[in-house]
Amino acid sequence: MIEVLAVDAPVRQMPAAGSLAVRLEHVTKSFGARKVLDDVSLDVPARSAFIILGRSGTGKSVTLRHIIGLMRPDSGRVFVEDDEVSRLSGADLVRVRKKIGFLFQSAALFDSISVGENVAFPLRRHTRLSDPEIRQRAMEKLKAVGLDNEYDKMPGSLSGGMRKRAGLARAMALDPPILLVDEPSAGLDPITADEIDELLLRQKQNEGTTLVVVTHNIPSARRLGDELVMLHQGRIIARGTPRELEQSDDEIVRAFMKSQHGG
Amino acid sequence: MLDRIGVLTLAFLSTVGEVSSFALKAAREVFIPPFEFRETIRQIYELGVRSAPLIAVSGLAVGVVLSMHTRASLERFGAEAMIPAGLAIALVRETGPLTAGLLLSGRIGAGIGAELGAMRVTEQIDALEASAVDAFHYLVVTRVIACVIAVPILTTVMNFSGMLGGFLAETISTGMSIQLYFNRAFSLVDMTDYIPATVKTMVFGFIIATISSYLGFTTESGTEGVGRASTRSVVLSSILIIVSNVVLVRLIFFIFPKAAGG
Repeated sequence: MIEVLAVDAPVRQMPAAGSLAVRLEHVTKSFGARKVLDDVSLDVPARSAFIILGRSGTGKSVTLRHIIGLMRPDSGRVFVEDDEVSRLSGADLVRVRKKIGFLFQSAALFDSISVGENVAFPLRRHTRLSDPEIRQRAMEKLKAVGLDNEYDKMPGSLSGGMRKRAGLARAMALDPPILLVDEPSAGLDPITADEIDELLLRQKQNEGTTLVVVTHNIPSARRLGDELVMLHQGRIIARGTPRELEQSDDEIVRAFMKSQHGG
Repeated sequence: MLDRIGVLTLAFLSTVGEVSSFALKAAREVFIPPFEFRETIRQIYELGVRSAPLIAVSGLAVGVVLSMHTRASLERFGAEAMIPAGLAIALVRETGPLTAGLLLSGRIGAGIGAELGAMRVTEQIDALEASAVDAFHYLVVTRVIACVIAVPILTTVMNFSGMLGGFLAETISTGMSIQLYFNRAFSLVDMTDYIPATVKTMVFGFIIATISSYLGFTTESGTEGVGRASTRSVVLSSILIIVSNVVLVRLIFFIFPKAAGG
């Protein structure tokens, strides 16, 4: 029975608490003459919520793209658990990507298939579950984000908040141990943004999922984050708990934390 | 001025290199698993089956017009009886394949360029990769296979509907029966006319799929870029179809001298 599950169901091997889920070592990335990441090093403990803060264009999303192997660093190394993603390709990269869910800022739903099929997509690709089982699992994921009535709708007919929640359901479809989230509250009303935060928190607390979240939203970062880093001009200029960042000696960090207090 | 020419030449050569490398990769990966049967079948339906009405209607119209022109020419020599055979040879050898190729470069090329371009600018291609799916294999290879299969079949549809159009024109002018028309049409056409010319269109299918996929895959600059990718897909694949046709016809004449009348 255990063997059957191991083949047919999404396989979820949780990293041990205290181990590192993600590690960047001296990562540098430039686009043309513009250095977007400049010698960035960070490590994300497994089962924690790690928040990357910073103004627009400081390399936050680029950092996430390096973690999932959509970009390769000009120099430096990127690890997911023990795998050096920055060197992997082909089947090895696919194996690592199955451990990671990615919620894009735009949700990036496949607009030629229904919302339910978007969520079912990773299950169809990476499990041998039957069609009814896949539909049931996709429905469960949609229910978790409050979209169980939208299974057959096309992504184009959803609002921004619904698209984001559907994107989150798709990112969680394989129950990945690591979830990368790019601007979960961007463009959303405060209530929907809070709902997304709640979902992420539940995922971390109930499933032990490691969260790496890029955001501008300080209240959201405060609610979600065990640890925060702040990127400025491609460099990490502060790291710590929300309280530590508020009391930082760096004026830019303090101003950033303060300017966003109200939400 | 010379600097500008140099820069443009380098940019052109660089693009040619990238497109060639993209096409070679697509050709190679056709034979490498995973074989995306489900998506390939979907693409054959989307690109092939849904193009059939366009091809059938166009073929009918081309057949009618060709028949009228052929009649006008052959009547002068009292060779009206040769109209069905002349039309069949013209359609099967050249008019059918080339017209189908150009029509499909418009319908399919624009579609692929716009679809993949939109997927690129809305991060859907990245989302595929992030879902541990080889986006090149899933999006490009499936479309290449679909086009290589669909274009020859659609060319055959074009040939047939063209001949049907020719028959309609003839029967209205002379009351010729369908049996007599097709007996005369096939009297001079054999497999050496049909097979090489139709197999040639597999190359057209490959050109349409790889060029438009490349332009879609490399789209930048938002919706403006999507429009540009779509337009360029049609223009570039049409030009390449016309140019490659010259080489392919020469090759067919070399391999099948009978096709050249030899």
